[in-house]
Amino acid sequence: MNGWRRRGGLVVAALSEREAGLLRGLVGQVRDMLAARVAAIPRDELAELTGMTAGPTTAPTDRVLARLLPDFHREDATLSGGLRALHEPELVALKDTAAGVVLDTCPARGGRLRLSDEQAQAWLSALNDVRLALGTVLGVTEDMPDELPAEDPRAAHLVVYHWLTWVQESLIQALAST
Amino acid sequence: MTTRVELEQTQVDPAVNEVGTEDRSWLTIVWNDPVNLMSYVTYVFQKLFGYSRNEATRLMLDVHHKGKAVVTRGSRDKVEIDVAKLHGAGLWATMQQDV
Repeated sequence: MNGWRRRGGLVVAALSEREAGLLRGLVGQVRDMLAARVAAIPRDELAELTGMTAGPTTAPTDRVLARLLPDFHREDATLSGGLRALHEPELVALKDTAAGVVLDTCPARGGRLRLSDEQAQAWLSALNDVRLALGTVLGVTEDMPDELPAEDPRAAHLVVYHWLTWVQESLIQALAST
Repeated sequence: MTTRVELEQTQVDPAVNEVGTEDRSWLTIVWNDPVNLMSYVTYVFQKLFGYSRNEATRLMLDVHHKGKAVVTRGSRDKVEIDVAKLHGAGLWATMQQDV
């Protein structure tokens, strides 16, 4: 990966097989976590009839999901719960769609990527979700070092996190340039 | 651009503007977090709310240095939608009533 570029009307990049596998794996994992959250919602007769599923009223206990789906209000739990029930299904669907675009456009064996602006936006969202997930698990802080001591079990994962940061930063630059 | 107009409208003195609690102004707050990139936050503010690059950068720097910033304000319904949009983009946003 040498970064993203605008070429014609497209946003282009090239990924090695290893990079593509890594990205697809991470995006797939976030997608699976979101799907598990949806699967845990009990279906009721009203939802079956109307096709309108209310989301859960409580925040996820898992810290990664809690970061991907934050509360709407800091103190008012009732307000937060109501708004979560209303908006969470749509937010999960949005994130799922973005992850789906990455999995549909990222060749499993690596190679060239040629994305429309709309697809590139989806990549940007999905990359951000993956960084949020990994950053949460790693306990990333503002002054996180570039490298951790080799004996730290997080060392290899932090390298991946910094690589994702670079990929995302490069994509923002390509998208912002006209 | 709509946001700008509403920003100006909400600057009416609440004491003069006799409205019930239903109409009180609400704020969309974005909180600092260690993962979201400065360039990404700026990009999202421009994209979602139509801010100029300069204005979006100023708001992003407020989030970064002060820990939070008010990015939009308006009716409860408007702010609720803005918070949902920010959550969709992965930013850590909440809503609260202006006091």
